[in-house]
Amino acid sequence: MIESLNIFVKSIFIDNMIFAYFLGMCSYLAVSKTVKTAVGLGAAVIFVLGITIPINYLLENYVLSEGALAWLDPSLASVDLSFLSFIMFIAVIASMVQLVEMIVEKFAPALYGALGIFLPLIAVNCSILGGALFMQDRQYSSISDATVFGIGSGVGWFLAILAIAAIREKIRYSDVPAPLRGLGITFILTGLMGLGFMAFMGIEL
Amino acid sequence: MSTAVAEKKVALEAVPREPLFSAKNKKLITDPLNDDNPITVQVLGICSALAITVQVQQAVVMSLSVVFVLIAGNMLISAIRNIIPSRIRIIVQLVVVASLVILVNEILKAYLPDISEKLSVFVGLIITNCIIMGRFEAFAMGNKVGPSGLDAIGNGLGYAWILVAVAVIREIFGSGALSFPGVGQIKFIPQSFFEAGYMNNNLMILPPMALIIVGVIIWIQRARNTKLIEKN
Repeated sequence: MIESLNIFVKSIFIDNMIFAYFLGMCSYLAVSKTVKTAVGLGAAVIFVLGITIPINYLLENYVLSEGALAWLDPSLASVDLSFLSFIMFIAVIASMVQLVEMIVEKFAPALYGALGIFLPLIAVNCSILGGALFMQDRQYSSISDATVFGIGSGVGWFLAILAIAAIREKIRYSDVPAPLRGLGITFILTGLMGLGFMAFMGIEL
Repeated sequence: MSTAVAEKKVALEAVPREPLFSAKNKKLITDPLNDDNPITVQVLGICSALAITVQVQQAVVMSLSVVFVLIAGNMLISAIRNIIPSRIRIIVQLVVVASLVILVNEILKAYLPDISEKLSVFVGLIITNCIIMGRFEAFAMGNKVGPSGLDAIGNGLGYAWILVAVAVIREIFGSGALSFPGVGQIKFIPQSFFEAGYMNNNLMILPPMALIIVGVIIWIQRARNTKLIEKN
């Protein structure tokens, strides 16, 4: 239990997707003009990460990694399919996003109204594939740990985009040098926020 | 970005035959280097641009990988653009990129194991590099193979020069020297400076500085090229 909590806190603050690894920067910069859209995209990222990471975890441990196919037949124990992981992960992500979009549209029209336009964007959000690859890299011991990591990373991404969107709404009233307006100042602000987040790096969990 | 691309598309479709290196095709290569740079103007492919710019050699390997995937992918997609059903085009594009990236990853693992280790997940993340998907969607789906190849070269180089520029700044100020495999280290800060009390700026090696340097590059670029300034 305490182990999962550690993974959760670590993935939100210490290994923050945006500030420590710059994953999902494209949509982070493009959709952070207002808080409302930022919240929508952030929620969709948490949702999709929470679903795709456990599925990719199962795929990694029962199909792709070396010896993972042993449950099927002992003679398959030496098969190593890990070179296929990129294409399998991205296929899972793209199809899950499509599936989630259809399910949400059918059963939760209100949620679809809020998240709808962001869901297709998410298939190519680096943080989703990045989450899957980090999960593979760090070899979590159980599926619940992997799920906690997925949700934690999503929450970290959500916090980051929420914060920058709030700052960008306010900065409209400031006198930023003309060539720095928009994109430039957003980069520098993110850098400064990243410096702030580095304070968490010393924490050992 | 989209309007400029749309204009280009119209212009290209209107002229059925033209020599490979006409003025218009040259623009395909030169535009992304400055006016339509994928990183500083179109804001695509930022993730990898920032994470792997601590050392110049990583940045160079990463740029070469992206340029290769972009050129091969753009030409492939352009060649099969008429038989891709538009409803599932994203998945088709992802499969094409993923296969090319697997190829790059296996080659790096075999011939450059050290760098492959350092790049870790970022080679895999070329798949979701927005530049690649963006060029597929905006250009390759509507243009012939030749121009698509040129467009890919232009955008790849536009990406590469920003990457290498950021890496050069970070490595010189962060470690005082550029290191290349086979050549060894080339010192930029003389030893006498260190003896006089100069210290490497460790901040440069930390992730946030990459963002600030790109921000400053954008600032300089827009100060020189005022038509790129955003109205807010």
